[in-house]
Amino acid sequence: MTEQIDVATLIAKMAQDIETQMQTRGISTYEIVGIHSGGVWIAQQLRQALKREQAVGEINISFYRDDFTRVGLHPQVSPSNLPFVIDNTHIVLVDDVLMSGRTVRAAMNELFDYGRPASIQFAVLIDINQRELPIAPSVVGTVMALATDERVKLIGPEDLHVNIQKIAIQDN
Amino acid sequence: MESEIQLTPSGRLKHFLSVSGLSRALLTEILDTAESFIEVGERNIRKVPLLRGKTVVNLFFEPSTRTRSTFELAAKRLSADVLNLDISTSATSKGESLSDMLENLEAMASDMFVVRHSQSGAAHFIAESVTPNVAIVNAGDGWHAHPTQAMLDMLTIRQHKGSFEGLKVAIVGDILHSRVARSQIRALNTLGVAEVRVIAPNTLLPNDVECLGVKRFTQMEDGLKDLDVIIMLRLQKERMQGGLLPSEQEYYRLYGLNQQKLAMAKPDAIVMHPGPINRGVEISSDVADGPQSVILNQVTNGIAIRMAVMSMAMSGQTETNTSRKEALE
Repeated sequence: MTEQIDVATLIAKMAQDIETQMQTRGISTYEIVGIHSGGVWIAQQLRQALKREQAVGEINISFYRDDFTRVGLHPQVSPSNLPFVIDNTHIVLVDDVLMSGRTVRAAMNELFDYGRPASIQFAVLIDINQRELPIAPSVVGTVMALATDERVKLIGPEDLHVNIQKIAIQDN
Repeated sequence: MESEIQLTPSGRLKHFLSVSGLSRALLTEILDTAESFIEVGERNIRKVPLLRGKTVVNLFFEPSTRTRSTFELAAKRLSADVLNLDISTSATSKGESLSDMLENLEAMASDMFVVRHSQSGAAHFIAESVTPNVAIVNAGDGWHAHPTQAMLDMLTIRQHKGSFEGLKVAIVGDILHSRVARSQIRALNTLGVAEVRVIAPNTLLPNDVECLGVKRFTQMEDGLKDLDVIIMLRLQKERMQGGLLPSEQEYYRLYGLNQQKLAMAKPDAIVMHPGPINRGVEISSDVADGPQSVILNQVTNGIAIRMAVMSMAMSGQTETNTSRKEALE
């Protein structure tokens, strides 16, 4: 089933929120980094909405996952690409879905391997409040509640839309 | 046989002993994984936490500088703890058997052995009979195989040529004693190049070399024509016994790669060499250092390939051990 989520509207709202927050904090320059792959798509849309010239950074957390021995590597995904210096830079980290918080934890660990950012804000399209870590987003498109057998997925990169899928629950 | 022992039931790598028996898809997966590790080597902090808390033991029964140091760097870039054992100067000289020594190392909770041995089949033997629950990576066994060297060569070829389709590749030199050549031939054929040639004097070619899927040439003039890739092998002086060659000078005159011979291949042909180079024996300095040489790319790629193989084998082995433990509970 497809829930009626208007991604474009949410992104416009997120862009505005980012601008407001940056003004409040007195930050004039910052860089946007998307988490592969859905986060990169959202980051690129935010870049357009914010009329920014700088390219967005891309971060691929495959090598930072805490479950790789269970799920294996995903080699086909493209490597991280951060076309700017991380040291002393304000970063807006972007992802499509925030659920347990494990992905953004891995992404922050990876960012710190490139340098020491001045600050990190976290912007996310959909917040599903099933946190397993003490992590809170700075900017949220929408909050969504999911049943235990449901997963949400952003489909893209053209014509971004959100799918909700039923999954088979596995015993762990 | 080798393919079975190397893979988990779901087809993931758990040991890396040989290229033979591995599918094109799996070899491509190794290359793709390595490709994504190259970027790690370009970072400020050249380290990812993938193998944090894992112990990798480098077991080198045969001396090696480059292979051992790139395996060590690869393991360290994956955040593993690395133990380097130079066996020729340690336990075995006190009379301890190989099996006893390895079982001791396993009891120290080692997760991976990187094995270099002068006996063909050593890594396979360890994986099969001695410590099957430790992931084994073959870093060269006798005349048999040197699969990570072959894969880093494949990565170098793919980077420079885009794909393997239609390529004509020659391996030049001491094929007889070369585990590198054997692994390269298998990898090239599995990945689907158009033609693999071997060029060497008859004394340095195995009798039945054609059955590996190669064309045999004994003259550089014939073999170098239309080539896209030239792989020069080191003349293994330490293995030259029994008058296989008249002299090094004679070998260089006939089989050494210089500018004049290089001009017989395609103008955009790349020149490779697994190192260490004997300048003036198998290759001239101006070719080794020239624009068509990709020898130093090979070294850089060696770290990425070893990171890929180590992380894939560790992941597969951990999966196997986890499911075995669960079955016991």
